[in-house]
Amino acid sequence: MTVAEPDPVMENEEGFEVPYHVAITTYFSYGILFIIGTLRDFYRNIMRSGKKVAKGYAPLCRDFEDFYTRRLYNRIQDCFNRPIASAPTNWVDVIERVSYDSNKTLHQTENVRRCLNLGSYNYLGFASHDEYCTPRVLESLNKYGASACSARVDGGTTLLHNELEELVAKYVGKPAAMVYGMGYATNSTTLPALIGKGGLIISDALNHSSIVNGSRGSGAKIKVFQHNTPSHLEQVLREAISQGQARTHRPWKKIIVVIEGIYSMEGELCRLKDIVEVAKKYKAYIYLDEAHSIGAIGKTGKGICELQGVDPANIDVMMGTFTKSFGSCGGYIAGSKELIQYMKSASPAHMYATSMSTPAVQQVISALEVILGLDGSDRGAKKLAQVRENSNYVRIELRNRGFEVLGDMDSPVMPVMLYNPGKIPAFSRECLKRNVAVVVVAFPATPLLLARTRVCMSASHTREDLDQAVKVLSEVGEMCNIKYFPRKASENEKYFWFDQKKLE
Amino acid sequence: MLLLLLLRFCHWVAAALEDDADVTRGGEEFIVAVVVVAVCGVSMAMLVEFKDTVLGMLPDALVTDAVIFGVHIHGHLLLETLLVVVIFYLLLQQSYTPENRALTETEIDQLCEEWTPEPLHPVITDDMEMKTPILESAAGPHTIIDGKDVINMSTADYLGLIGNPKVKEACNAAVEKYGVGACGPRGFYGTMDVHLDFEKKIADFMGTPDSILYSYGLATTTSVIPAFCKAGDLILADDGVNWSLQNGLYLSRSKVKYFKHNDMKDLKARLEEVRKEDKRKKPLNRRFIIVEAIYQNSGQMVPLDELCRLKEEYKFRVLIDESNSIGVLGKTGRGISEHFNISVEKLDIITAVMGHALASEGGICTGSAEVVSHQRLSGSGYCFSAALPPFLASAGIAAVEILENNPQLLSRLHKNISLVHSNLSSVPGIRIGCNKLSPIVFLHLEESASFAEDSSILQRVVDLMLDEGILLSLTKRSLLDNCKLPAAIKVVVTAGHSEEDLLLVTSKLRNVMAKVLRC
Repeated sequence: MTVAEPDPVMENEEGFEVPYHVAITTYFSYGILFIIGTLRDFYRNIMRSGKKVAKGYAPLCRDFEDFYTRRLYNRIQDCFNRPIASAPTNWVDVIERVSYDSNKTLHQTENVRRCLNLGSYNYLGFASHDEYCTPRVLESLNKYGASACSARVDGGTTLLHNELEELVAKYVGKPAAMVYGMGYATNSTTLPALIGKGGLIISDALNHSSIVNGSRGSGAKIKVFQHNTPSHLEQVLREAISQGQARTHRPWKKIIVVIEGIYSMEGELCRLKDIVEVAKKYKAYIYLDEAHSIGAIGKTGKGICELQGVDPANIDVMMGTFTKSFGSCGGYIAGSKELIQYMKSASPAHMYATSMSTPAVQQVISALEVILGLDGSDRGAKKLAQVRENSNYVRIELRNRGFEVLGDMDSPVMPVMLYNPGKIPAFSRECLKRNVAVVVVAFPATPLLLARTRVCMSASHTREDLDQAVKVLSEVGEMCNIKYFPRKASENEKYFWFDQKKLE
Repeated sequence: MLLLLLLRFCHWVAAALEDDADVTRGGEEFIVAVVVVAVCGVSMAMLVEFKDTVLGMLPDALVTDAVIFGVHIHGHLLLETLLVVVIFYLLLQQSYTPENRALTETEIDQLCEEWTPEPLHPVITDDMEMKTPILESAAGPHTIIDGKDVINMSTADYLGLIGNPKVKEACNAAVEKYGVGACGPRGFYGTMDVHLDFEKKIADFMGTPDSILYSYGLATTTSVIPAFCKAGDLILADDGVNWSLQNGLYLSRSKVKYFKHNDMKDLKARLEEVRKEDKRKKPLNRRFIIVEAIYQNSGQMVPLDELCRLKEEYKFRVLIDESNSIGVLGKTGRGISEHFNISVEKLDIITAVMGHALASEGGICTGSAEVVSHQRLSGSGYCFSAALPPFLASAGIAAVEILENNPQLLSRLHKNISLVHSNLSSVPGIRIGCNKLSPIVFLHLEESASFAEDSSILQRVVDLMLDEGILLSLTKRSLLDNCKLPAAIKVVVTAGHSEEDLLLVTSKLRNVMAKVLRC
């Protein structure tokens, strides 16, 4: 198989620049929201109808801290945190909610709405009942119970935990691995154990919050390079190494470059080859977060390394989560045997936190077995081909309809730009009316001005699902006027390079 | 002339702005220029004053009026010439240009070439080797290690709910209905109805208005603290708090003052310090006292009555971690506030991990509606992490129901705890270092040296005990942990242990201690 190389140049040449009128109206909308919010706050302060704080105490949340929540977020909060009453698979039962106080609080109703799910990170379709995984999970549940109630080092390690660590190491192509009970905590506790004062973390500008918090918690100096731009990384590295630490000008103890395989809010694939090349040239270590890419891309699902033909030996620390493709919870890091041994003696998550829930461990083991074909079927390979096909199909269909779709081919994450704050709830509610559950993303997950909706593809989506999704998105997109790049039919041909044969 | 001077001055300022080491040189030049002008000025004044005398002394050609290119120059030829000379002198001075001091590309290349980083991890030493017991069955009161049945005194399943049929049933049903993972953060279709049910259940149980569910215990306090405490706020924290709280404190960027472990006198002293500093300044900031109900690192119980009195007197809020007290303390297991008979409203923020008495996984934070709703957008581990697998929320609901309906579980736990305390207190060579109601019994060496030395002796005890068929655990410290409390063996007591088990633990420990102390 020839791996379809992502072509970032093409993406850039497409030049998805914000049209002027969109930028202006977006600023204008936020301006109005801000002014009205301030007026309401002013009124509230006069009437003293807001929160009451006991004398001598500072308010728990300062006014400006929850201004966003009170005056902007609450108005549209029905678009977020929608509870569901089923497994997060291709169709979900969304529980309807009502509000009696202009959206300040929401109450669940008895009604559910069966919706097409375009929001969950269920890339391989392991979220719901699976013929191979579920019986094994139930078995382990009966054998081990829900949790081991103890840290890994004390009494929280079962045979399954060790089995999973070996399997993960083999799967990602590293000598050793260790698992954690939570993906977020994997990043936020591993980075502080790897690097401290006198070290430098060079982080992609759009890295996930767990990386940001892990980096902050480490005490190392943090520098940021432009999102997915190896040339800027090189510039930052040269500057950092030649100048040394700030003020003292001593050389850095070590430098770690932290990147992600797929950027979840951009849908973009990491330009791993170039970044690895640059980092190796300057002797920086590479920490690769594959939260969204492991199990989702690459011929056998081994993530960004496999897709872009990078030898995992070149990556010093490989991190990933089990929450997405494997339909479980937790995370892992993989690296050299010594690294893992050190981490096991240093990582607080390994030493203090309750170990990963045993049935969840079993779920990952079983899912990995399916992916690797160890279950004796080709379901895994089919799922991988399916998610890729689905992703590319929908991406092209949406682009052809004039949406501004971010990200690269093959990525199952497809953000579609909305910009205007008013369009966030409009898009979400209208889609829900038509039985499509979409995710709209606004601050704090994205910059304030770059609101978007995000479509996540799954292997469990059928072609009918996808056609319906495209139809509804297109209809609502028309209504919300978010087709920022209308194309002529002739231009569409350029996007037909994707064909079925490439999958074989 | 003045213009020239101005030029010089600008030059000097520019050099200063460039943060150049040669600024002084620029300064000197400037001073020279000023001096020259001053000299000129003075000589001019002298010329005016002593015009006749001076002029009389000079040759006529210099002082008489002259016509140069048709322009009449009246008498001051000398002065004009002098000035022109000075101007030329200044103009001809090599102007000061800051040397281009940026590194050249070749120099940078060379520096990059020369730089050698430290290895990614330190050299692996023997003490990094951790002996980890591997369980081959559920972590109940008895478990199987290396094919051998052992008494498990290392699992914080305080109520003995692992393997409880009701919990299992709830989990099975949830796995069938929801699958295993939530496949998304709470905001994006990761919220199942069971999550909300659990949040309501735990709030009702605790008697608080609302609660919020995190997907991991460790990530709970590390998210809660920075959600409420920012730069400029003030925190008084116990110096023995667990790592998760330490991490939260660090990430909050607030001013943190530590008081001595579980020492209310020291806390009062710190509070007094704060009050004194207050006299000098300024607007109100948020203030928290951060403690644990029963400390993970020592088994000490915080004297809540005293603490509440202090917090009210000094107008602080309290954040209390109840990981080891919910489902343990109080007549109905509602934690430390019930034990001290203090209204739960006095505790502003309560956090707990679900991996202890609730025999599940995840973390909770409960308190007023404001406390909870603020976290739904500001709790980093809540917003940016996948939701808790729904079956673990179901397990939590089942656990709370069992606790509500079976008060005998708690009385059995309390009985077991007091039994272990009284039995172990007579074992020679060790002393119990924790509160007598703590479900984690901390055994310190009577003759304690350093943490490392104690650890190595106690590790021998733990190893020998495992050979005897009893799994104990040892306090371990990550390199990142700032806790300075002494090493100890942790004996975790649960309601599931039988009296015989506990007696056996004591007698075996007595033998092993004798053996270890003899050699």
